[in-house]
Amino acid sequence: MWEHLQIELYKVFKRPRTYLSFAAITALIGVIQLGLLVDGKEYADFVMADFANSFSVDGKILNGYFICYVILQLLLVHVPLLIALIAADMISGEANMGTLRILLTKPQSRTSIVMAKFIASVIYTLLLLIWIAIMGLFLSMLIFGTDDLFLMKSSYVVIVKESDVFWRYAGAFCFAALAMVTVAALGFFLSFFAENSIGPIVATMSVIIVCTILSTMNIPLFNLIKPYLFTTHMITWKEFFDFKVNDANEAIIGSIQYPDKIIRSATVLGVHIVLFVGSAVWLFRKKDILS
Amino acid sequence: MLLYKSMQQIVKVSQLTKQFNSLTAVNQLSFSVESGDVYGFLGQNGAGKSTTIRMLLTLITPTSGDISIFGYDLNKHRKEILQQIGAVIEKPDVYKYLSAYENLKLFAKLSGVKPSNKMLMDQLEMVGLASRAHDTVKTFSQGMKQRLGIGIALVHNPQLIILDEPTNGLDPQGIADIRNLILILSREMKKTVIVSSHLLNEIEQIATRILIIDKGQKLVEGSSAELFNDQQTILQISVANNNKVIQTIQSSTWANNLLPERDGQIMVGLNKEDIPNFNRMLAASGVDIYSLQARHSLEDYFLQVTAGKQHVGTFTN
Repeated sequence: MWEHLQIELYKVFKRPRTYLSFAAITALIGVIQLGLLVDGKEYADFVMADFANSFSVDGKILNGYFICYVILQLLLVHVPLLIALIAADMISGEANMGTLRILLTKPQSRTSIVMAKFIASVIYTLLLLIWIAIMGLFLSMLIFGTDDLFLMKSSYVVIVKESDVFWRYAGAFCFAALAMVTVAALGFFLSFFAENSIGPIVATMSVIIVCTILSTMNIPLFNLIKPYLFTTHMITWKEFFDFKVNDANEAIIGSIQYPDKIIRSATVLGVHIVLFVGSAVWLFRKKDILS
Repeated sequence: MLLYKSMQQIVKVSQLTKQFNSLTAVNQLSFSVESGDVYGFLGQNGAGKSTTIRMLLTLITPTSGDISIFGYDLNKHRKEILQQIGAVIEKPDVYKYLSAYENLKLFAKLSGVKPSNKMLMDQLEMVGLASRAHDTVKTFSQGMKQRLGIGIALVHNPQLIILDEPTNGLDPQGIADIRNLILILSREMKKTVIVSSHLLNEIEQIATRILIIDKGQKLVEGSSAELFNDQQTILQISVANNNKVIQTIQSSTWANNLLPERDGQIMVGLNKEDIPNFNRMLAASGVDIYSLQARHSLEDYFLQVTAGKQHVGTFTN
């Protein structure tokens, strides 16, 4: 299994397509950082427009932590496509190339082959998120410096102390990793039903788009299924930036307002991963290889 | 490592059936391959050859029937059996973005071998690709890919080699190279080889035993010598007017010997000693004959069998 995983990783990182995702992430983050570096003050004024008459803010709103939050909000919508490029190609790509049949004539169990491929997709996903963290968080901290994190929620403002921010980002990135692994599992599952890469990649994105729409629309019928849709829970990483307050309405350092929400979302995402991968293994063990 | 229960009988297939919905691709097929055989697997397109080969390689699950290889049940000892099998299935597809060396190394590891540089280069030397070892496969010709596919099939030194249409897309030199390689594998390296091909004359030159199937069923199985009756031949007749000659034959005592026309030429199955009398009969009828050619090849035999299904069974030694 370990050797097979090494082989799968070797194949993934030998393909030029793999590096497209890293290049795309670098370009996207670079553009956002450049824009905020050049015109950041105007952006901050625009963001603060509603609050300008209520209170004034000392310090740097446009600091590295804030930039990273903006990047995460924008990027986590697009990253699923980059993940689908690899995960949804794992089986269908091999079927398309004709290598799947050679692979399956080797003395390896089908379960081991599927699991090695899935774990390789997960490692790719995690590396992509680490790259986002390096570019989005660490590079932004280097360029824009650090200060308290100023966030606007729908009906209130959150100011997270500088000393209390970093671990929240660690938690948010871990949760985002879980959400993206769910996307990888979906793409991986769909890759069993096609013999070309395009179909499963498009299908993965279509499922995410449809489920996101269902998760977002506030219609009673959809509200019934929302708690079971993985897209509803993919944005729960934001909960790491909400904290509890004491009786004096002061932030409790190191607290999270709704930790149960994070646990529930993580559980739903975990169940989806198990279902997608379990189904993939079950299907693959029974599948006749006709390609 | 698998210990062979049966060195004599390498593959034994009993009552093998595969159904895809309402289509029966392989129907109650039974055959056996013995140690050292070059076993030619023949059949028209859609006859069930590839489906059978894929069942031997566990790519397709049989609907019913048994397969034992090296004396062990394929279902129960899949991993151990596959360690001793090398296969090329139709096209020799490999990872095009990797080099020949990388492909070989990768598949050697998957076959349970820890490959050394020398071992891999020797293997590439054997299939004539040592000088292109580090070039990516996307720059290779079809023949080179095919040779690499065979190198991959042999890298773990298997006892049984299964080649499904190994000469597909090759030029005459490539076909001759594959033929020579199969002969080396069989005669010098003492491997057992199962080879399917639509190039029947190629099979004729290398196979020690032959199985012909049609619509998933066995038509005949036996050695080349057993399948061809030396006294039986097919006469290929080239004439000015086919209809007149056919009428002449149909009204003669050889009416039942008439075979379906091929490439616009009249075919007649005859005993060798009847050819002079047949020739005299045609000449006496006054038809213009351009040529009479006695054919005796596997291709003729194959077409005769698959068209008329005249034989069903196994020749005995």
